[in-house]
Amino acid sequence: MLKLGIPSPALRQEHRIAMPATPHIRWTQRAPVARTRMRVAALLFGAAAWAMALAEPVEVSIACRCVEGGVNGSEARWLKRVVIPEYVAAAKAQGRDVAVKLREFAGSAEQMSQQLALDFATGQGADLAEFDGFQIPGFVDAGLLKPLDEVAGADANAWEGWSHIPDSAQALVRFRGKRYGVPEQTDVRMIFYRRDRFRAAGLDADHWQPRSWNDILDAARALKRHDPASYPLQIDAGVAMGEATTMQGWLMLLAGTGEELRDAQGRWIVRSPGMLAALDFYKTVYIDEKLGEARTQRLVSGRNRSFTDFQRGKSAILIESNWFYYTAIDPQGDFPIPDRDELVGWAKMPARTPGSAVRGQDFVSVSGGNSFVLNPHSNHPHEAWLLLAFMNSASVLRSYQEYNEHLCVRDDVLPPHSEFLRASGRELLPLTTIRPIDADYEKVSAEIQRMTESVIANKLSPRAAMAEYAAAVKQIVGADKVVALDTSAATGVQAPAIPARTTGADHHAE
Amino acid sequence: MNRRALISRIVFSVCAALLGVAFALPLIWFVFAPFNAHADLDLALPAPPTLANFARVFANGAAVGALLNSLLQAFGTVLLVATTATLAAYALARATLRGKRVIEYVLLLFSSVVSGSAAMVPIFLIVNALGLIDTQLAVILVFAGGLLPTAMFILRDFIASIPRGYEESALVAGASPWRAFVDVVVPVLRPGVTIAAVWAFVQVWGGFLIPFVLLRSEQRMPASVEIYSFYSQAGTPIVPLLAAYSVLYSLPVIALYWYVNRKYGFRFFGGIKS
Amino acid sequence: MRNSGTFSSRIGVAFMTPAGVLVTLFVVFPFFWIIAVSFTNRSLLGASALHPQLVGLKNYLDLFDPATFWSQGGFGPSLWLTVQFVVFSALCGQVLLGLVLAWISRELSPRAKSLLQGIVMLAWILPDVVVGFAWFAYLDRDAGTLNQLLRGLHVPAADFLIEHPFLTICVFNAWRGAAFSMMLFDAALQSIPPSYLETADVVGASGWQKLRDIVLPLIRGHIVTDLILITMWTFNVFTPFLLTAGGPSFETDILPIYTYRIAFKSFEFGKGAAIGVIVMLINLAFSLVYLRLAQRGLRKKGKAA
Repeated sequence: MLKLGIPSPALRQEHRIAMPATPHIRWTQRAPVARTRMRVAALLFGAAAWAMALAEPVEVSIACRCVEGGVNGSEARWLKRVVIPEYVAAAKAQGRDVAVKLREFAGSAEQMSQQLALDFATGQGADLAEFDGFQIPGFVDAGLLKPLDEVAGADANAWEGWSHIPDSAQALVRFRGKRYGVPEQTDVRMIFYRRDRFRAAGLDADHWQPRSWNDILDAARALKRHDPASYPLQIDAGVAMGEATTMQGWLMLLAGTGEELRDAQGRWIVRSPGMLAALDFYKTVYIDEKLGEARTQRLVSGRNRSFTDFQRGKSAILIESNWFYYTAIDPQGDFPIPDRDELVGWAKMPARTPGSAVRGQDFVSVSGGNSFVLNPHSNHPHEAWLLLAFMNSASVLRSYQEYNEHLCVRDDVLPPHSEFLRASGRELLPLTTIRPIDADYEKVSAEIQRMTESVIANKLSPRAAMAEYAAAVKQIVGADKVVALDTSAATGVQAPAIPARTTGADHHAE
Repeated sequence: MNRRALISRIVFSVCAALLGVAFALPLIWFVFAPFNAHADLDLALPAPPTLANFARVFANGAAVGALLNSLLQAFGTVLLVATTATLAAYALARATLRGKRVIEYVLLLFSSVVSGSAAMVPIFLIVNALGLIDTQLAVILVFAGGLLPTAMFILRDFIASIPRGYEESALVAGASPWRAFVDVVVPVLRPGVTIAAVWAFVQVWGGFLIPFVLLRSEQRMPASVEIYSFYSQAGTPIVPLLAAYSVLYSLPVIALYWYVNRKYGFRFFGGIKS
Repeated sequence: MRNSGTFSSRIGVAFMTPAGVLVTLFVVFPFFWIIAVSFTNRSLLGASALHPQLVGLKNYLDLFDPATFWSQGGFGPSLWLTVQFVVFSALCGQVLLGLVLAWISRELSPRAKSLLQGIVMLAWILPDVVVGFAWFAYLDRDAGTLNQLLRGLHVPAADFLIEHPFLTICVFNAWRGAAFSMMLFDAALQSIPPSYLETADVVGASGWQKLRDIVLPLIRGHIVTDLILITMWTFNVFTPFLLTAGGPSFETDILPIYTYRIAFKSFEFGKGAAIGVIVMLINLAFSLVYLRLAQRGLRKKGKAA
């Protein structure tokens, strides 16, 4: 509908201001006698209308999944106390009267997507909306989002910020070569370990850095030997963990085998040696050697429980995002560890064997990211863009760091206080991988969760679970967009060979 | 005979007591946790009992306002459902239409399909066309429409049990159809209407999807949506606050039940058949 | 059949109009939209949101695709689980429990009856979130009320949500919904003229005989209504999600939760609509069975008399 070309913001403003004067012009035509007097009156009236139009502030709104005192509360506070007042003041200084409204939302991410999709489909909704990067393709394909420069004009491409955002982070909002938003936050994933448990088990408690999956398993075995009642290792799996399974678990393992979810042609890989190795790793951890507690993975509140277990020392190795360290187990966090800085160490996630990871790396990480997009139906797209650019300027983002310290994608906005954040960002961002920016990703991700669930619940063998995954993904993306790699030579990590076809489900697969 | 009556009375009382306890147990936690500043999932006597949780809940203006929104939406819907369902169910019961019971049942089936997430799209489009997005009226209308078939279905057995002679004698005595309806039918239908009304109230009170999809402004959101603001930064429930808010959120329905039960009773004003 | 001289059809139409408008707008229209969508690949997001295509019966066939039908978290296990859920938690649970409660409370003093029914009603009228949270606290393995109680009685504590998830949501659903049946049956029982039961008492009929021969036939209509409603509601009940989210390992993956994954998490409305239609047809089948049973009961009664 907006295919008429790039709408010029200046044109829109002019149009809006001209409107109130129109009826009076018609009126003067009907009364030619006192034309001059009328014209003066009309002019005065028009000027008054113009002034009124100027006096009425331009309203721009922001929708975030954040609420003061609740979910992402520090973001809400920053938006309310810094972004909005400072932007309104800055606009005023430039002679623009702007009002900014924040629409706080406390529900789940899916609920927010539905609301945004319905809004954008009917020409409503906030001018700026917070978006997880992986939602962009679905919205774009549905015609609900437009490229940033199409909505905001060429200014969006000329923004100073782009030169400070590395290309890998820009990829979070790029789809088919176009930018759809401005990325702000990112994260990295790593291994956290408890030094006290490591010391007690006679392991290197100060500089532990596994070089392979076996190193992780060996450490967990040593911890388990020392305390047989403990479940030393947690790596996310299963349905209840949701997206955490895919990001903290599956993709971390898969990247370590050198594989990705899709091949170079963009086809989804539904059977591969790397997948099998990752599933065997899960089986070793949760079924064969009980190094991790499968129950935790399967509970509705499992992620919280995995935090509690680590907090209480019931587990000693946890693969999580940096968020876990600086928010969850922060001494003021929801799962506080008072002496966190001394007690908790972190290590890079190793490849399956040294050098076997993607790009031949020895170590891997996975990153996601938050961004803001512009509503294509915004009444004030230029103003909305100015606000978005303001929000993501270095000085405003530095103030965000004081509300909520995090890894910002801008290279000129570093975490001001936390040495942990600086170090982990420095070491892991160059290694990291992101999820495919693909409209089918979310559905495939749900199938990954289903596949790992079958293994950690000991319902299916790794091969059978993989076969179910293959069938399901084929149904989602179509038979021409999947590819199966040869797995005949693949063997498990440690696990003895698994008799294939142990379950009925296997007959239906293939 | 007498002994048998005694034994049966004892058996009934014991069964009643056991059932009562079984039904009450899962809710006991709510008696203590709201008054415990450090409430967790375990059942613990608060030491000392405190109203601090409630004070913190009341500090959250939006959450308190949400209770009022819930009241408005629930009462609006109940009023609309009770009146329109009674009128329609009665007219249908007295109409000569063939297959009218089938119509009621088919509408019921339709409404059961129109409860999920998929139906929210057409509903959103209609409400959008009516220009009612982000209004309380939209929530009331959509809830009412969805609840009507069931309400009518509940009412039909009650209407069927009213002898026609009742209204006919009123009409013969010169009453208008409306008067006959209000003075004769409505009082007899009261228990059925009460059941349907309480049911409708409960549905709106706990309903999340409809207000969530149709409303945008925080100052119009009901408690079923706002309760999610008692989750922490990390998205985990803040147990003491959630417990306190849950109690506040539950009190109106409890009060309503208590009042309706006291005033009308869930009982027939007998004498029709005997 | 007596013709209705009660009032003219014009007044009848006037009485039906308000409800008719609401139902047309918010039930009938969305219903046909759903039927239409179930034959397309319409979604909220992705290319099929912009240009939905007619796919014929594909959504239905996909659900029954042998390659995925019985897989973990597939449509088949979910369907089977839901039928069991309806039979155990709704029919054996809510309806029977409701009848028992209504029957028992007849014998109680007004105050005791009020107390018992009040507690049962509480389970029904509290909002989903509150009830979900209450049960979560109730069942917690380490600190939950139930396990505290069991330990007090020297019974080993259990991990209900992991070890017996299906049983747990059945009990939960029976607890949650018994009040409606109780209320309906209570109202129905009170419509039975006391003289009928008094006569039976004089003859020396047992409680069971009274229930079977006098009460049940008289409230047959209410029972069928109750069965139809409870079955329908249970097929659509989403609250167990708050306890188990369908897990662990899909052991409580009843259809509403399955549909949620399809229609809400991935916004595939075509497929979600197809499930809705299938559930409707199953409900229709259940209702026909109830009506048939009620009629057969009536005929038998007629023969015996």
